[in-house]
Amino acid sequence: MKYLNDVLVMKRMGSRLTFNKVWKAVFLLATSFALLSLIVLLFRIFSQGIGYLNIDFLTNFASRIPAKAGIKAALIGSLWLMAVVAPVSIILGVSTAIYLEEYAKKNKINDFIRMNIANLAGVPSIVFGLLGLTIFVRMMDLGKSILAAGFTMSLLILPVIIVAAQEAIRAVPNEQREASYGMGATKWQTIVRVVLPAAIPGILTGSILALSRAIGETAPLVVIGIPVILQFLPTGLLDSFTALPMQIFDWAKRPQEEFQYVAAAGIVVLMTVLVLMNSIAVIIRNKFQKRY
Amino acid sequence: MIQVAEKKTPKIVVSNTKQAPVSRQQKEFVFQTKNFDLWYSEHHALKNLTIDIAENEVTAVIGPSGCGKSTYVKALNRMVELVPGVRTTGEINYRGRNIFSADYEVEELRTKVGMVFQKPNPFPKSIYDNIAYGPRIHGIKNKKILDEIVEKSLRGAAIWDDVKDRLHQNAYSLSGGQQQRICIARCLAIEPDVILMDEPTSALDPISTLKVEELVQELKEQYSIIIVTHNMQQAARISDKTAFFLNGEIVEFDQTDKIFSNPTDRRTEDYISGRFG
Repeated sequence: MKYLNDVLVMKRMGSRLTFNKVWKAVFLLATSFALLSLIVLLFRIFSQGIGYLNIDFLTNFASRIPAKAGIKAALIGSLWLMAVVAPVSIILGVSTAIYLEEYAKKNKINDFIRMNIANLAGVPSIVFGLLGLTIFVRMMDLGKSILAAGFTMSLLILPVIIVAAQEAIRAVPNEQREASYGMGATKWQTIVRVVLPAAIPGILTGSILALSRAIGETAPLVVIGIPVILQFLPTGLLDSFTALPMQIFDWAKRPQEEFQYVAAAGIVVLMTVLVLMNSIAVIIRNKFQKRY
Repeated sequence: MIQVAEKKTPKIVVSNTKQAPVSRQQKEFVFQTKNFDLWYSEHHALKNLTIDIAENEVTAVIGPSGCGKSTYVKALNRMVELVPGVRTTGEINYRGRNIFSADYEVEELRTKVGMVFQKPNPFPKSIYDNIAYGPRIHGIKNKKILDEIVEKSLRGAAIWDDVKDRLHQNAYSLSGGQQQRICIARCLAIEPDVILMDEPTSALDPISTLKVEELVQELKEQYSIIIVTHNMQQAARISDKTAFFLNGEIVEFDQTDKIFSNPTDRRTEDYISGRFG
């Protein structure tokens, strides 16, 4: 007794195959939608900004005259900001991840902490801006300095780095730790010599992606109140500064039409920095990936 | 092989001075387990074990899955403590000292009691760095000494000729069987007294298995070896004594010949004749 009727199976074959194709088209459409938006965005920005993109734009300070406006202060300011954010957030983030994954016992309190760090990654950036304003700018009296903004940005991306580093550390097979412990290595030696080298591609990739988020964040800087028109470069960590997204935000909200183009040129610079950082992340990931 | 012989000589001298008049039959015990119990949270995994393991012998631990044989071997270097919720009572004495006493540092114990795992687990480093890992964590930095240890250990694990021309290649470029011998060499590099092996051939093909078994025979000249195995033929081939575990208890512990030809306990007979497990 056969349950599958050959004739019926053949009859249904056509509609099954059609259905298969329809779904493929739906998924392709969804992908194209995202790609298309990205292309339109890039095209618009480039066509607007290209006229203002030249060496002068990179070497001039901000100006009230669109043709003379430049991004030097903002670009250098953003680099200063990264010089604070990168070490602070990576050192704190990786240390926290090591503690949570390697040292902390698996109990309810620690599970609660782990869960809440993941939740922190979803807190809106403006909330971190308010926190930074309260603690760093006012309580610690750092003013609207690179240090205050850097600490705030570090807090903002810290949860992202912790989560990325935790995942990278967890991905190191337990057999590797056992091999090390089995030879009489201490926990510290095992972490430094076995766990971290294996986890570093994941940690760096996550960190660079988090840093590129920090370089594009505007809201916390607005809340802290960093200035936008600066005619000098910062010389120390306690100097005031401006940053790329702040500068772009300021240009974009000006009434003169020319400043829209200047803003577009600024966006091109910012995106170039982002693409560079993300490429580094990809290169690191591909180059150092370990196999087991 | 030459290297193996060289290392053997001083070791015998040492044991002779320690127990000069003792006849060859009466070997010293490396591990003496007394009324040892182990729980994983609520699960009573090892029940009232009492067993003495002699030096320079291969002791095989056999039994069906879940009988506690791996747990017991992992208790011998306290590796079992990595599992959360483990509790123990009773004693395991290594060379007369209770390894669970508060002043026994686990790092010290594991320097004396090395371990080879079920799945080959070399580090994703070069072959050289894999072998040098142990000496390095114990503070040896001198390149010349490290070179010598690496060569001696690789010779000891009978894999020197396979890898001497590519010491700086990643250990993962080797086959599974070679990787396992690299892991054995890595264990020899810390110059242990006892080597624990937790089903070291279960992930290997028959030819690699044979090589590891031959190696175990050579190693017992200098080391005391405790090997967990699923494979009863393997236990019969390579071990001097065999312990049969069942449900966390030792059913029978005797000379391997006796266990396999004339077991005392009915359950041992059933198991080795393949009636269960």
